[in-house]
Amino acid sequence: MSVNNRLTILEDLTIYHALEHKQKLLDALNQADRLELDLSQVVEIDTAGLQLLILAKREAARLNKDLDIVAHSPNVRQTLDFCNLAAFFGDPVVISAHEHA
Amino acid sequence: MDELTSVFIQEGREQLQAMEDGLLELEQNPDNHDNINTIFRAAHTVKGASGVIECHFIENFMHKVENVLDRLRNNEIKVSSDLTGLLLRCCDQLSRLMDVLQAAQPEPDADTKAAGDALLVELTGYMAPSAAPGGKLVESEVEVHTSGGGVMITDAWHISVRFGPNVLRGGMDPLSFIRYLATLGEILGLETIPDAMPPAADMDPESCYLGFEIRLQTRSSKADIERVFNFCADDCELRILPPDSKLAEYLKLIKELPEDDMRLGEMLVRCGALTQAELDEGLVSQQAAPAVEAEEGQDAPPPPQIGEILIDNKVVHKAVVDAAVNKQTQVSEKKAVEARLIRVQADKLDQLIDLVGELVIAGASANLLATRSGQGELIEATSVLTRLVENIRDSALQLRMVQIGETFNRFNRVVRDVSKEIGKEIDLVITGAETELDKTVVEKIGDPLMHLVRNCMDHGIEPGAVREAKGKDRRGRVELNAYHDSGSIVIEVCDDGGGLPRDKIYNKAVDKGLIQPGQTLSDQEIINLIWEPGFSTADQITNLSGRGVGMDVVRRNIQSLRGNCDVSSIEGEGTTFTIRLPLTLAIIDGFLVGVGKASYVIPLDMVIECIEQRSEAAERDFLNLRGEVLPFVRLREMFEIEGELPERENIVVVQYAGQKAGIVVDQLMGEFQTVIKPLSSIFRHLRGIGGSTILGTGEVALILDVQALVQRNARSEEREMSLNAALPRSTANN
Repeated sequence: MSVNNRLTILEDLTIYHALEHKQKLLDALNQADRLELDLSQVVEIDTAGLQLLILAKREAARLNKDLDIVAHSPNVRQTLDFCNLAAFFGDPVVISAHEHA
Repeated sequence: MDELTSVFIQEGREQLQAMEDGLLELEQNPDNHDNINTIFRAAHTVKGASGVIECHFIENFMHKVENVLDRLRNNEIKVSSDLTGLLLRCCDQLSRLMDVLQAAQPEPDADTKAAGDALLVELTGYMAPSAAPGGKLVESEVEVHTSGGGVMITDAWHISVRFGPNVLRGGMDPLSFIRYLATLGEILGLETIPDAMPPAADMDPESCYLGFEIRLQTRSSKADIERVFNFCADDCELRILPPDSKLAEYLKLIKELPEDDMRLGEMLVRCGALTQAELDEGLVSQQAAPAVEAEEGQDAPPPPQIGEILIDNKVVHKAVVDAAVNKQTQVSEKKAVEARLIRVQADKLDQLIDLVGELVIAGASANLLATRSGQGELIEATSVLTRLVENIRDSALQLRMVQIGETFNRFNRVVRDVSKEIGKEIDLVITGAETELDKTVVEKIGDPLMHLVRNCMDHGIEPGAVREAKGKDRRGRVELNAYHDSGSIVIEVCDDGGGLPRDKIYNKAVDKGLIQPGQTLSDQEIINLIWEPGFSTADQITNLSGRGVGMDVVRRNIQSLRGNCDVSSIEGEGTTFTIRLPLTLAIIDGFLVGVGKASYVIPLDMVIECIEQRSEAAERDFLNLRGEVLPFVRLREMFEIEGELPERENIVVVQYAGQKAGIVVDQLMGEFQTVIKPLSSIFRHLRGIGGSTILGTGEVALILDVQALVQRNARSEEREMSLNAALPRSTANN
């Protein structure tokens, strides 16, 4: 039985909040089989934030859980695109339809 | 202004032009989806770049524009003339904002700001209630562009960077370095390498573990690329491979980097540095073990591990299918074309042309000395040299040539706006856009053309109802046409409007005291009255008045480029303005002739033939050339040259703008490469001389202004035929 869990991140995904975000993400991941991330409120994202998203995605894969980013703010979307990571995260778009990380 | 900003302004204006062209195209062709994408990309590029240089007023404005364009290309809103009109006004606003930036003002002034706010309010009407739903489609599209398939681009730098753990703590954001890198050129492929990140438990969120493999197409040097990473030079591992590096270099890179060789290799394939075949081959030849892995990686599903995403992505690529590949090929082909262009400063080019001019003169001098010496070998050597110099001259002049199409295309917008403003339906038809002419000429021809085109629309073309009543097509036509004709470029501005009303012009000229009442003038002479200064002031109520500059200013502008302009008009059918300009302003092929002791140069392009002057024609100023009347001028008389008549005189037959004339000279001395040196301004009013040049002997030869000579001929003919011989006209045809 899978338990769905949705985490909405309200603060910026930057170095200033990196510590608390890491904890929050990992905790949320531990509590559920499938974690939905809502990033639509994230105004800014920097390398530290990006790194955390990668970490969370990797952890999810390791634990055989699903992590989906269900909403992006324009900045997050742009950053993921820029780093060519859209496919890695497997957002619900055409390209990642086959992917189960 | 710093370098970044000036680059932004320059490139921003190019993008702006692309947007504007796209929008005009969109009005004609609302369903062209590629075009919408082009517009969107242009807007997006401007927005992104303005963010990099921290010009927030442009960034904010373009953000809103981009949102609307995004909805447009997702088919969430429909193309309408209101919308394209609004977006075109947004382009104007952007142009004003760039002016603000260029003037180094921190903020736009109140008027500009108010105009921008008004536009934003209008834009809001087209915006989505929430921005979120549009986002997903964007992503898929961008992915299609950037994901690395089989296409390989070797013409790019490969940059491999691993950031040290302390970069973030040092207050730096590696992503911003990479974004800045993108402003040096174009990032063709980019892979994020998170492999150095330890398991979650050990991962310190304030340390940086990321690395990037980047393909960058740029004209910058290696030092410039390194400078980007200057701030964190101590805390990152940077490897830069120049374009077209050998496979071995990449293999070395793979070995040196900490990540798993196979994985890194895949990354390089993905960002376009290597092809899969090259990678496999390289690894096989270097080492047996990884090769096995490679084959496993290709053929069988690998054990589930992080590297799996690569394979997944390959599956994805197959699913995204050929469409993506095609698109990618197109994109990279376009990039390749762009990369073949080099920006050169215009003054460097001018300097080169000047030097070539000196080379031509020096070459002529060497040639002359060689001929005098009578040494066969020397003559041969100098003649080879002369040929090479000619080739260099032609190529150097070619560098300055640009197509006139870009200038013409600006008028699409003008015609659209003016026709809306004055409520007429007018189409612009452009032909000969690929005709080339000198860059200086192109820059200066814009204003006169603008005036002529506006005149055609404003005064030439009748309102739709009047046209229908006359049995014409309701929509008016303005044509811009360019072509080459015997050493000149001809630009025509035609309309199919009412033509010039001769009676009105005649009466007006009498009122103004330009002609005497009752004076008999030919139709052409009446039409030519519109060039008179008195005819162009704004308070004229005839339908000939212009805006800003008058017709006399148009003519003067064109004459300052050594060109001339004519008008022909058929009442009820339309008017054609014909502008003739010399192809180049610097060096021409000349024909050297002698009269007495002096030498003159006639532009070779205008020379048709040379004939012998028969003595029986000596008393007349014309002769019978194969049944045609050929008027001629005697240079000896015209320039009052002393000395004995030679035994036999020659006539050089020249042609300009369809008119032929003869020039009587003593000697024909043959072709001569002529570097045009302008005469000083005290000789400005001299008629018949276009400039001077220096011969091989060091003597000065005058360049004949054939156009003035031909027209002088034509005029004297007209005068003889006309009953009123003495027209009180100040600026007759010259």
